[in-house]
Amino acid sequence: MAEMTEHDPTRNERFEVSAMGVPGDLPIGNTEPDADDARSTGGRTPDGRKAEGGISGSSVRLGDRIFKGLAAGSGAILLVVMAAIAIFLIWKAIPAFTENSGNILTTQTWTPQAEPPFFGMAAVFFGTVMSSFIALVIGVPIAIGIALFISNYASRRAATTLGAMVDLLAAVPSLVFGMWGLYFLIPNTQGFQQWLSVYFGWIPIFNNQTATTAGQFGKSLLIAGIVLAIMIIPIVSAVCREVFLQVPRETTDAAWALGATKWEMIRTAVLPFGRAGIISAAMLGLGRALGETIAVALVLNSGFVINWHITEPGGDTFASTIALKFGESGSNPVAIAALIAAGLFLFVITLVVNSIARIVIARRKDFTA
Amino acid sequence: MSRPAPSAPAPATAGNSPAKRPTSGLVGARLPKWAPYGAAVVGWGIAVGLKLLLGWTGWYTTFFTGAVLFIAVLTAWSFSVEGRRRAKDRFASTLIYTSFVCAIVPLVLILGYIAVKGLPLFSPDFFLKSMIGVTSREEGGGIYAALVGTLIIVGIATVIALPIGIFTAIYLVEYGRGKFARTVTFFVDVMTGVPSIVAGLFVYTFLLLGFGMRPFGAAGAIALAILMVPVSVRASEEMLKLVPRDLREASYALGVPKWRTILKVVLPTAMSGLITASLLAVARVAGETAPLILLVGYTSRINYNPFDGDMATLPMMVWDQLGKRAGTTSSDLTEARAWGAALTLVLLVLILNVGARLIAKLFQPKAR
Repeated sequence: MAEMTEHDPTRNERFEVSAMGVPGDLPIGNTEPDADDARSTGGRTPDGRKAEGGISGSSVRLGDRIFKGLAAGSGAILLVVMAAIAIFLIWKAIPAFTENSGNILTTQTWTPQAEPPFFGMAAVFFGTVMSSFIALVIGVPIAIGIALFISNYASRRAATTLGAMVDLLAAVPSLVFGMWGLYFLIPNTQGFQQWLSVYFGWIPIFNNQTATTAGQFGKSLLIAGIVLAIMIIPIVSAVCREVFLQVPRETTDAAWALGATKWEMIRTAVLPFGRAGIISAAMLGLGRALGETIAVALVLNSGFVINWHITEPGGDTFASTIALKFGESGSNPVAIAALIAAGLFLFVITLVVNSIARIVIARRKDFTA
Repeated sequence: MSRPAPSAPAPATAGNSPAKRPTSGLVGARLPKWAPYGAAVVGWGIAVGLKLLLGWTGWYTTFFTGAVLFIAVLTAWSFSVEGRRRAKDRFASTLIYTSFVCAIVPLVLILGYIAVKGLPLFSPDFFLKSMIGVTSREEGGGIYAALVGTLIIVGIATVIALPIGIFTAIYLVEYGRGKFARTVTFFVDVMTGVPSIVAGLFVYTFLLLGFGMRPFGAAGAIALAILMVPVSVRASEEMLKLVPRDLREASYALGVPKWRTILKVVLPTAMSGLITASLLAVARVAGETAPLILLVGYTSRINYNPFDGDMATLPMMVWDQLGKRAGTTSSDLTEARAWGAALTLVLLVLILNVGARLIAKLFQPKAR
């Protein structure tokens, strides 16, 4: 930048050219006049606008039209699939709403095979939200710490390697997390859970009223939350890391120049810049935690009651219920419909959470662009 | 902010002789270099003492108490010598280092634990035999059927998902504009968050309930494809964006139509990136269990036909051997087989991941 003086006549132009080359200034097609070739036959673009004429020959246009049709069609398939998921889940869940003798929102028990069918989502909803909440409380601060470590503490070379290692954690199948939680984490944290219950039992949620020895502690919402926390850390820290690396150099340099310590620099320059990114990363992690199936199914004991004591056994989530109750539902149409209804609830909840996260990210992009 | 910032840069001598530092008027008193180690010894020492005195069970509680004490001791020491701002800095930095250790420890523990549990099972027989006729009280049996099933199902999912994913990415990067492109981008993002069990339920309602079919392999492949497409789109999009604009413009200047430019210039340039993106997308779904429970079922015999009957897959074999599928209890023998199958699955996913990164590294286009 040193050679660019204010009198450099080409400075602005050069700046623009280099700005266009930055990956991410979507879409690349926008600045190419040829991009309109495909519309030269007077058809309509997928977004419904009237097509404009081009300058190319007709043989060229045919290839372009086919290719663009394929590309846009693939995009359309995605939208169709999303719509189909919603439609089929709603359609096939209808018996769960009409045949149910309990209240689908407030009933806690899950006996859709009984005569009459009696079930509700209250306990399942509670378990899903509680385990995800624990996962967020544990996972998000750690993930932010990892992101800060990689972006501000580690050397450049180490940062790449360490980032890849954290990404590796994301690649481990959820089944393996569940098995590890069941066979390693639970036996090794019984003492910890007892310690929590004994010394922090005065906080009601940590109080275990049933167990008296360490051996009686085990499968609990707390453990499910810890396993989920380990599982969401990679995605949350990856998003946070991206945001922290984008903090303008000027801002951090200004903080350094004012004599800030490293933490003061992070608190005054990095964190305010990354706040929206952190929020959306947490929401993405929440979406993952809400929908996690196998790991949770392995480390939870089904109970179908709302239990605020998170060190006590028992707890269910939407996803684990579907996986565990599917086998015994057999061909009972109401039981299957009840599981589909649970899937529908889960779908809607994750859809809302993910949409909010994406909107927050998109808005931040608009502000910083 | 209790301590005023130095008004002039520290003289060069202060930097050259560390021994002089604490006495310089420009730099406040600092803790010695070994301070963190000293604090660590004190912290964990107190924790071990507490454990022995109070009779705590388990070393993990002791370890975590020690970690908390270490941070407390270091901060208090720093506060008394260096002042509030430095103490805060040390506190925050230690927490950040700790959080990083918190992520690495489970990774090492998980991979180490599964290797210890699974490796003793590995033998030629384990890879070349199926589970047919092997009861839960017998040794032996292997993952052949499950491995074949996983490869077939993931293969079909890949064949369905990758073309859709890459073409969507081409659309978004090369053509995308206006409302339709924005809608697609948004729903790709949202689709990334669709839980795997929901994708499985959708295919279940659509294919199995809708057409009255029995579970079969390809149904699972469709569910996996639904999970794979958004991952593939996102990753391919990033790779296509990295292709320099100059290359496209040079091609247009030669009169090459846009579709040929994409086929002959953009895609070959981005090829290594696209392979990486695809392998990562495959790795993402290879370990999925939830949709397979609903759609593919499990069988102990070898089934090469993905369009007829239950198929064994590695995740479902683990699920079955743990006794979760039929609601039975697991024995040491079945548990060991479950670990063996899980280790194979992890190795498969890790090979895909490492392979993807190697390809990206070896064949990355030279920086402009």
